[in-house]
Amino acid sequence: MEKMTIHLRVWRQAGPNAPGRLVPYTVENVIPDMSFLEMLDVLNEELIAKGEDPVAFDSDCREGICGTCGLVINGIPHGPDRGATVCQLHMRRYKHGDTITIEPWRARAFPLIKDLVVDRSAFDRLIQASGYTSINVGGAPDANAVLIPKDKAERSMDAAACIGCGACVAACKNASAILFVSAKVAHLGMLPQGQVEHKHRVVKMIDRMDDLGFGSCSNEGECEAVCPKEIKLANIAYLNRSYLTARFFGGL
Amino acid sequence: MTLDAKIPSGPIQEKWDRHRFDSKLVNPANKRKYTVIIVGTGLAGASAAASLGELGYNVMSFCIHDSPRRAHSIAAQGGINAAKNYQNDGDSIYRLFYDTVKGGDYRAREANVYRLAQVSVNIIDQCVAQGVPFAREYGGLLDNRSFGGAQVSRTFYARGQTGQQLLIGAYQSMMRQVEAGTVTIFPNREMLDLVVVDGRACGIVCRNLITGAIERYAAHAVLLATGGYGTAYYLSTNAVNSNVTAAWRCHKRGALFANPCFTQIHPTCIPLSGDHQSKLTLMSESLRNDGRVWVPTKKGDKRPPSQIPEAERDYYLERRYPSFGNLVPRDVASRAAKAVCDDGQGVGVTGFSVYLDFADAIQRLGRDVITERYGNLFDMYKRITDEDPYQVPMRIYPAVHYAMGGLWVDYNLMSNLPGLHVLGEANFSDHGANRLGASALMQGLADGYFVIPYTLGHYLASGGLAPVSTDHDAFAQAADSVQKRIDRLLQVKGKETPRQLHRRLGAVLWDEVGMGRNEAGLTRAIARIPQLREEFWQNVSVPGTPDNLNKNLEYAGRVADYLEFAELLAIDALHRTESCGGHFREESQTPEGEAKRDDEHFSYVAAWEFSGVDQPPVLHQEPLEFEYCKPSQRSYK
Ligand SMILES: Cc1cc2nc3c(=O)[nH]c(=O)nc-3n(C[C@H](O)[C@H](O)[C@H](O)COP(=O)(O)OP(=O)(O)OC[C@H]3O[C@@H](n4cnc5c(N)ncnc54)[C@H](O)[C@@H]3O)c2cc1C
Ligand code: FES
Repeated sequence: MEKMTIHLRVWRQAGPNAPGRLVPYTVENVIPDMSFLEMLDVLNEELIAKGEDPVAFDSDCREGICGTCGLVINGIPHGPDRGATVCQLHMRRYKHGDTITIEPWRARAFPLIKDLVVDRSAFDRLIQASGYTSINVGGAPDANAVLIPKDKAERSMDAAACIGCGACVAACKNASAILFVSAKVAHLGMLPQGQVEHKHRVVKMIDRMDDLGFGSCSNEGECEAVCPKEIKLANIAYLNRSYLTARFFGGL
Repeated sequence: MTLDAKIPSGPIQEKWDRHRFDSKLVNPANKRKYTVIIVGTGLAGASAAASLGELGYNVMSFCIHDSPRRAHSIAAQGGINAAKNYQNDGDSIYRLFYDTVKGGDYRAREANVYRLAQVSVNIIDQCVAQGVPFAREYGGLLDNRSFGGAQVSRTFYARGQTGQQLLIGAYQSMMRQVEAGTVTIFPNREMLDLVVVDGRACGIVCRNLITGAIERYAAHAVLLATGGYGTAYYLSTNAVNSNVTAAWRCHKRGALFANPCFTQIHPTCIPLSGDHQSKLTLMSESLRNDGRVWVPTKKGDKRPPSQIPEAERDYYLERRYPSFGNLVPRDVASRAAKAVCDDGQGVGVTGFSVYLDFADAIQRLGRDVITERYGNLFDMYKRITDEDPYQVPMRIYPAVHYAMGGLWVDYNLMSNLPGLHVLGEANFSDHGANRLGASALMQGLADGYFVIPYTLGHYLASGGLAPVSTDHDAFAQAADSVQKRIDRLLQVKGKETPRQLHRRLGAVLWDEVGMGRNEAGLTRAIARIPQLREEFWQNVSVPGTPDNLNKNLEYAGRVADYLEFAELLAIDALHRTESCGGHFREESQTPEGEAKRDDEHFSYVAAWEFSGVDQPPVLHQEPLEFEYCKPSQRSYK
């Protein structure tokens, strides 16, 4: 298989308050079958063997489902492939001699920890604000007691596919978390089990989003374009309708 | 030491009910006075945190990830079993129980498995109430599929993302308790030691992965739900941060490790493509429902698959197992693939893969049906390999996938160390020597939602649990030993990366303790692993400092633990001279080359006691009795 030389410019920053900058590296012998993260592994192996601090970046499942990875590649969160996370990106996308710039998610609500790793715990605090059904273990009725139309279940599943990676926030010029919130509201709102607390959930999650320092939505659609799970803007419309109903007609 | 599994008396159908009645209860007003540490937020840990929080306990939840939602459970694709019998096709609690004991090749504890089958039905109810969007039929009822060779359709699924949806359900329930103030989460923490005072587990020592601080936490009980150890083999389908560290450190503090050699090798994974590879990707087992597995009859046949005529293809599973065909259990399918590849019939550049061909299914059912069933899997395959499975057969090869072995627990899920409970894949579990598809998710949630709330209450209510302060000597000693080990890792300043050393360990395990094991190979592995350990401590390179995010330092610590654990894995495999489930000893096979159990000598759980690195571990046996499922030789012919 043909081997490539790839030039990188990688954001290095020792800590939240340290100065950061793009540092050039060259990786030789890159194989097209390698994933993008495996190419970074190769770079890190070389740095470690030389006794230098490797580039900090996050990953876990390396198959596009856990939402841990997240890099801005040449300006695009998760890189050039649509509907894919960066761990699913392969080097066959690039050619010998290419230069690639790699940066972290940048958003006020996601402070930087080190190099390419940011703190996304604000997403946990958003879910904490009613991103659930209030059901204790033990009291659930039989699973088939409530019939759910297949199309509703499918729409719920479409929204539930969100992996919480934060690319939507990173892509948004206002660093809004509206796509993430709308996915949760639609996932639960499409189901009878989630309808019980729907209005309450919508208001509480929107309020929490503002409190956590996420920006507001100005309908640019950048979030949908980079979402690795192709969560649709239609969810935002659904959220907005639900919010208005809850605020003005729902007595909340 | 005698191992008491504390199996309740009475008929198997009544054991769990009786046990719940006989268990002591904690007064509701007192629950918040009890602090419980839960390490791990996969299905087992998150469900335990949610249910214990709901009961009012003061729960501290730890994980190595940046968010509890990212635990490795999220990657499970296929589905979750439950004996609902919604399809009216003859399923029952008893049948799920029977299938699981048989599938585990009669090396699991009957009472535990029966309870698992009993509570399986409650799991589905709970998950639906949480809003888990399981697949449905047009009439609005839940859909089921048959999975992993089961003769009934009892598997519930949410597209190819069942683990993700179940975990999000558990995580959300847990976050509800965080909001309510009963659960506190500690993400980015790696547990590096268990604190034991007067023989009782009463706390943990963690490293804060962001600041590097060594932190101490005390509690009335510790629940370990830290997952499996498949990444000991370096390449596996597990997430890259999966590890044995927490379980191993508990083992070093006295917890027995049971059946470590029972590892599952999954037959349908995307084959290795080169040295750079960091993990292997599972292709869901459901593909075997429609795909046909074959290799060329002629050895070393390099023709593209389309040019190999029917007559020159060996559909070896259909040939060897006419009644189960492509749907034989995982261990059987994996070994058969290895056998044909070892024989020179394998395909692909390396010769270590076999075809999984959908041409017949596409012709019979049409491309649309295949897309509906497997579209996302086909896309995933194409993304990774750059080959289109609609046009050319997939290439697959077995890969390490799951650990049936784990810390020994009794019926209450408590280890031999009072206070230390072990849940999910981390315990030696209900799957015996081989796990059936879609039953790990079931077990994790059973343990967390429906078993531990009762058995932990009994432990706490039994009294005598004076609180221990984190200033206690045992905490200081544990924190000190954690710190020393970190310092030592940083001081070696060698030339080899932890990954290089891990890869070498993985190669030894895969070659000698993989799909086929024999005395000579295991003896070689047991000699080689201590040498690798020595090389590690002589020559590992861990740059950077301990006082901030240092992923290579974390990784080096995990590899160091694997280098100790791997030896136990090989020792256990050597001692068990029978074949059973995923453990195939070449010396013990039938004339047709199938696994041959030795019930007379090995119908027991092998629980190992630590006696020092470089010291032989001590074997304890828990005899297994089969009152209901009478052991028979498994046959899938
Ligand atoms: C690709 C794949 C597909 C699968 N598909 C299926 C399927 O379809 N059906 C099925 O039933 N099973 C399936 N399985 C198996 C199943 O997913 C796992 O067995 C199960 O999810 C394990 O859950 P767990 O809660 O025990 O552990 P995990 O989900 O592995 O969670 C471990 C937790 O422990 C934490 N942790 C680990 N070490 C430490 C430490 N030292 N300190 C602090 N925290 C720590 C981690 O952060 C994590 O939160 C699959 C497995 C894989 C790999
Ligand atoms: S590492 Fe899990 S989504 Fe990329």
